[in-house]
Amino acid sequence: MGKEIESPQEQSSYTVEQLVAVNPFNPEILPDLENHVNEQVTSQTYSLEANLCLLRLYQFEPERMNTHIVAQILVKALMAMPTPDFSLCLFLIPERVQMEEQFKALIVLSHYLETGRFQQFWDEAAKNRHIFEAVPGFEQAIQAYASHLLSLSYQKVPRSVLAEAVNMDGASLEKFIEQQVTNSGWIVEKEDGSIVLPQNEFNHPELKKNTGENVPLEHIARIFPILG
Amino acid sequence: MAANYEYEEAAAGEEGESGGYDPNYVADSVKSFVVHMYRHIREKNVYEIHQMCETSFQSLSERLFKETPWPSVEAIAPYVDNDHVFCLLYREMWFRHLYARLSPTLKQRIDSYDNYCSLFQVVLHGVVNMQLPNQWLWDMVDEFVYQFQSFCQFRAKLKNKTEQEVALLRQHDKAWNVYGVLNFLQALVEKSSIVQILEQEEDKEHFTSTDGYDYSGGSNVLKVLGYFSIVGLLRVHCLLGDYHTALKWLQPIDISQQGVYTSVIGCHIATIYHYGFANLMLRRYVDAVREFNKILLYIFKTKQYHQKSPQYEQILKKNEQMYALLAVSLSLCPQTKLVDDSVNSQLREKYGEKMMRMQRFDDEAFGIYDELFSYACPKFITPSAPSFEEPLVNYNQDAYRLQLKMFLYEVKQQQLLSGVRTFLKVYSSISLAKLAKYMEVDESTLRTILLTYKHKTHSVDSNGGIISNADIDFYMNNDMIYVVESKPVKRYGDFFLRQIAKLEGVINDMDRVKLE
Repeated sequence: MGKEIESPQEQSSYTVEQLVAVNPFNPEILPDLENHVNEQVTSQTYSLEANLCLLRLYQFEPERMNTHIVAQILVKALMAMPTPDFSLCLFLIPERVQMEEQFKALIVLSHYLETGRFQQFWDEAAKNRHIFEAVPGFEQAIQAYASHLLSLSYQKVPRSVLAEAVNMDGASLEKFIEQQVTNSGWIVEKEDGSIVLPQNEFNHPELKKNTGENVPLEHIARIFPILG
Repeated sequence: MAANYEYEEAAAGEEGESGGYDPNYVADSVKSFVVHMYRHIREKNVYEIHQMCETSFQSLSERLFKETPWPSVEAIAPYVDNDHVFCLLYREMWFRHLYARLSPTLKQRIDSYDNYCSLFQVVLHGVVNMQLPNQWLWDMVDEFVYQFQSFCQFRAKLKNKTEQEVALLRQHDKAWNVYGVLNFLQALVEKSSIVQILEQEEDKEHFTSTDGYDYSGGSNVLKVLGYFSIVGLLRVHCLLGDYHTALKWLQPIDISQQGVYTSVIGCHIATIYHYGFANLMLRRYVDAVREFNKILLYIFKTKQYHQKSPQYEQILKKNEQMYALLAVSLSLCPQTKLVDDSVNSQLREKYGEKMMRMQRFDDEAFGIYDELFSYACPKFITPSAPSFEEPLVNYNQDAYRLQLKMFLYEVKQQQLLSGVRTFLKVYSSISLAKLAKYMEVDESTLRTILLTYKHKTHSVDSNGGIISNADIDFYMNNDMIYVVESKPVKRYGDFFLRQIAKLEGVINDMDRVKLE
């Protein structure tokens, strides 16, 4: 066999990242990876590689699959949008597991986020509070995704559209907008309260870097002998 | 339904049945073959070894072993000093021939795994002092992964298994165990230090420049097996549905350049096929299209040179599959400037009509997406050992069905986008209210459709940045939509550089002309 299986004492001296990088095909690390998921939830961190490693091990030994942990992984993946991490995890979860109620709900929620249907998302999320109440930072992560998507699409966005996307109104919406004004360069239009989003190459096409015309110096250097 | 890989997978054949096969009989031509092969290996004559593998082995198989296996290793061992390593290599070729021409029994599959274990152990312990052709080393890794995939498919078809087969499966649960296979591939990568070698190529290592061969009297076997195992790991992870990790394993190999992977066409194609497929599933359509285009152009130009090689059929098969994947990628993410003319004309010929229908995103379109995906996808596996509880069912299609379902789910989400695209092509600006009326939806639905368009056409690259794949884009200002068409940029700089150099060349030539 290629890799020797280390004793638990030796293993705890490696971080989970190291385990995943060095010894990923080892069923002994499964408990460490499961603990790591819990850590990601409580400390608001995220590690795609470690979670994929765990899902793979569940694939190799389905009897050891812990659906609660899988659900947590999916919630964390949802929070990582716009990356496609949620789909990446689903590729590794057998169909019959995906049919369970909690997973069906998560898939529906992912669908709403993928198709920009924020109002339906927040309505559905409210009906399934128990799934993410235990995952701190969930709301903020989705609100960040909503802001991101709006920034790609709008130069100026109506206040009502923003409110629906981040599921806030009144005082909390004001506070949210103020934070973004300070941290992310948002500007509030005085007349109608709509939000001017920061300029980027996706909502301001003139800012798109014109890569076509950049000629590297090395290429010009090749004709120096001719010009000289 | 997923198409078959190279070989037939009929019901298990019998060992030693067809046409009076005597495993102990060694024809003179076979004796001569093993004696010469043994000598060439001892003398590290890579060219001759390559010729024997590619030509002599094939022609002898064609002539004498069309429907039977080669003689057993015990029968030929006396002619090669009972050399342990040679016997392992012979058995590797023996099983490869069996899988290609006949149908392996369960016992033979298990024995083949044991042979690979022994062979890889020898290599990993660093006691091998041979130089073998890259083609053979690639064939070993390729075959190892193929036999693993084949075994998973075989094992998952429990319905018609005999009691003996079930008992044998239970008994030999380590054979083709997924941990074993993955750990061997990883061990080869690690023990060979190939990743470090590739990183240090600029300064001190010479791996690519020698095609992996060792000209200082050492052996290329461990290093090159380690290198090809990177591609092996890419492949196995695609079979498992873990596309992110698959691409991560491939990272040490720079596919924008030539390398040892391009020295063997089978490896080159396998690498790009799996790279492209993984990117397709990761929604990085532009990356997939770019690489498929390059390899399809390469195959178009060079396939005539491989007509006589044993890999020819496989090359053609993968070629067709990649055209299908290209058709799918371009239907999901239209691009105007990424595909070469010759590739494009082939693509139109094979899939022009289907692509048109796919972009309509109606029921018929989903049928075509299903058909092309199923034709071109890898043969996904269920890696876990079966539970042998009654009733015994066939579950070999489960993995494929899951990947297909996820893929079609993504296609369905993109359904509304092609409608938007048609309108965006026609207008330079339009109010939300008007567009909503034309598309027969209400305004808030239209806003969600437009957000979907933005989300699906802007992917997250490997560094976490956002890149736009949209051939036609827009932005909104409150209630107005402004369309942005990305024009292909004329590269004047490059044009002038080329012309300057060319003119200089002409002037130099003229200077050389002596007038009478």
